Amino acid sequence: MIEQLSWKVGGQQGEGIESTGEIFAIALNRLGYYLYGYRHFSSRIKGGHTNNKIRVSTKEVRSVSDDLDMLIAFDQETIDVNAHELHSGGIIIGDAKFKPVKPEGCKAELVSIPFSEIATELGTSLMKNMVAIGATSAALGVDTATYQAVVEEIFGRKGEKVVTNNMEAIQRGADAFIQSAGKGVQTLSLKKADGKNRMFMIGNDAIALGALAGGARLMAAYPITPASEIMEYLIKKLPEFGGTVIQTEDEIAAATMAIGSNYAGVRTLTASAGPGLSLMMEAIGLSGITETPLVIVDTQRGGPSTGLPTKQEQSDLLAMIYGTHGEIPKIVIAPSTVEEAFYDAIEAFNLAEEYQCPVILLSDLQLSLGKQTVEPLDYHKINIRRGKLNDQELPEREDKSYFKRFEVTDDGVSNRVIPGTKNGIFHVTGVEHDETGKPSEVPQNRKDQMEKRLRKISNLSFPFPIYKREQHEESDVLLIGFNSTRGSIEEAIPRLEEDGFKVNHAQIRLVHPFPADELLPMLNRAKKVVVVEHNATGQLASLVKMNAGHGDKIESLLKYDGNPFLPGDIHQQCKEMLVNGHI
Amino acid sequence: MATFKDFRNQVKPNWCPGCGDFSVQAAIQRAAANVGLEPDDLAVVSGIGCSGRISGYINAYGFHGIHGRSLPIAQGVKMANRDLTVIASGGDGDGFAIGMGHTIHAMRRNIDVTYIVMDNQIYGLTKGQTSPTSAEGFKTKSTPSGSIESSLSIMELALSSGCGFLAQSFSTDLKDLVAIIEQGIEHKGFSLINVFSPCVTFNKVNTYDWFKQNLVSLSDIEGYDPTNRMMAMQTLMEHDGLVKGLIYHNPTRPSYQESVKGYSGEALSKQNLTLPEEKFKELMTEFM
Repeated sequence: MIEQLSWKVGGQQGEGIESTGEIFAIALNRLGYYLYGYRHFSSRIKGGHTNNKIRVSTKEVRSVSDDLDMLIAFDQETIDVNAHELHSGGIIIGDAKFKPVKPEGCKAELVSIPFSEIATELGTSLMKNMVAIGATSAALGVDTATYQAVVEEIFGRKGEKVVTNNMEAIQRGADAFIQSAGKGVQTLSLKKADGKNRMFMIGNDAIALGALAGGARLMAAYPITPASEIMEYLIKKLPEFGGTVIQTEDEIAAATMAIGSNYAGVRTLTASAGPGLSLMMEAIGLSGITETPLVIVDTQRGGPSTGLPTKQEQSDLLAMIYGTHGEIPKIVIAPSTVEEAFYDAIEAFNLAEEYQCPVILLSDLQLSLGKQTVEPLDYHKINIRRGKLNDQELPEREDKSYFKRFEVTDDGVSNRVIPGTKNGIFHVTGVEHDETGKPSEVPQNRKDQMEKRLRKISNLSFPFPIYKREQHEESDVLLIGFNSTRGSIEEAIPRLEEDGFKVNHAQIRLVHPFPADELLPMLNRAKKVVVVEHNATGQLASLVKMNAGHGDKIESLLKYDGNPFLPGDIHQQCKEMLVNGHI
Repeated sequence: MATFKDFRNQVKPNWCPGCGDFSVQAAIQRAAANVGLEPDDLAVVSGIGCSGRISGYINAYGFHGIHGRSLPIAQGVKMANRDLTVIASGGDGDGFAIGMGHTIHAMRRNIDVTYIVMDNQIYGLTKGQTSPTSAEGFKTKSTPSGSIESSLSIMELALSSGCGFLAQSFSTDLKDLVAIIEQGIEHKGFSLINVFSPCVTFNKVNTYDWFKQNLVSLSDIEGYDPTNRMMAMQTLMEHDGLVKGLIYHNPTRPSYQESVKGYSGEALSKQNLTLPEEKFKELMTEFM
């Protein structure tokens, strides 16, 4: 009996690898298992090796596993590229069509099943993935009837015959595996799950759902990996709420259109990745100086330029905090789980309106696209706060004097009206301006307006700026990360503790303004600090040093090869640092 | 009922004396009053450049954005509140150089915005460089030996981009200009009005006199039919784009807002943002 399984399916892109993993995962999720799926893919439509690695567990998991129990291969390349991940008790199930062979030294068991042949017999070779799912189920002791509902949902509209054929393909795959197993192949028997119904979603789904729950009614966006799922979800859902998604000609238009509709009173977002964010920089400054709320999602991927467009990286951090010329107030939030992504998306809209400034919701490819089991979200935690927004008619003013939209106040936030409000006329400009929005170069006014804007976020209220796991009063090492590294760090910690180290963990959720006061006590009580991040220059480490000091004990643990940190990477390299003082 | 005086504010424009933009400002104010708008119902979004300052000179909700981006901002405003009348405006550099991409796509998209360009064939605020509408051979600070790039045939380009309301005017023809802007505002969909608005300081070629001599009025062309796209294109080519009047009008093409599935009939900005609990549960179930 195993409590956790690490499973991977691989083949050529465009061959149905994704749907194979999807059908397998949805069915197991419904049995009550916790899943975590991560896709390896390339920037092309067809061809090239792709795989989908899925972890199935009776407990919550948030990272890619170090090794592999089972590999489903549709071509030899899949075996050659991935076999090294298999441990000695693992199984490879390959399509007999390509005559699979094990690489030298691979101790896993190889079972050859005629996926393609069985599928062709049943009418179309396209069903070879269903045969593979059947073989997998037999190997895991999962009843093939488990897939009935999923298959009906996916193929139901194509008719009863298609559903029956696909179910038969699954059954034939299972039978074929049992036949082979009869000849001595071992099976991995998966412990039963609790049967509870939970959601199975990617971070981008959570961000999009959060935007909807947070009152967003318009989105302006340009397609890009790994952000497009956000616009794809919202274009399906927003029309039910009277809104829509506008696919713009570029990201400059996306950001400025979002500024236009936020100015006119509608919560509007845009979402992109590094290249798009680079184009939005001038607009971000416009949002800052005009004090127009704006929510931008940045799903980080490998940079610079086009970089590694389908791979994990966290190298936009400093650009997101400091980007745009000149100085503006800005808030940057970096959720580290799918649940946090949902709640932070809602909060992003609240903060944008309360502080009347741009808010960047920072994600990364692993969080945005990693698909995982999520406990039901709490409706009662959703709230809408619009700050100093006035939606009432204003009293008539003499001499056509303008409304003081940029009035200098103690907290820096001024009352806001939206166009169309009776007697509320004011001017908005990206030029430095006075309290009514009229351009002004008067030195004292410049000082007053600049200070007023920057003052807004100096007392930012954000409930949980750091996710903390403090098991020890004094720690041998404090691990710090942001965004999706949380899962791997959390899994590495018990292993380090087993090695005898006292480990605390801080995952920074509010990256700007930096919560130094919150972090300092943890830094003070740590012998060593290791900042784990997916970039080559240690951007988060720089941020910690700059805001909270302690540079003498801060080390960086970096990964920038495009692949996510595995728990084993963090465990091994941290251990080496703690023993030898460096990697 | 507001009069054109209600659209005046207390700000003195920083344009040079004699600048064509003064009449464009006056024409917008008159047209807004003539179509029955109140200042609170009008948003004027402008770009960067001398003419971009216009949003600050009209008593209305003015938004002076960044260079070349008046159109995406204006489209965002209109999508958020369909009850507002939205005018976008700026110069030839703003709309046809740095913002050209947005201009073409705004015409394709057809959101109900009236775009008024003050075309002076030169960059004025940066003190005299060539613009996309400058003629070949035009000498400026950035083209001391004369421009070697061809000038944009902006009206032809607009026609081929699907613009449903296309007009050209001259800033001294105040009466015609007011009438054209009124029609542009009333057109349901995107409208482009290009106004020749001479720069008296930096453009010594395309002067008031030059336009008076070279512009052909479409009303003087016998049988000209502004609903005939092919005739419009041919006329533009015959006169090298130097025509004034209503060039093309297609009143039948529905605007973007009329075409978007599910788009709210009530201004989106007036919506209640709370998601009902039952609906939220339904959305969560879709991921199960």
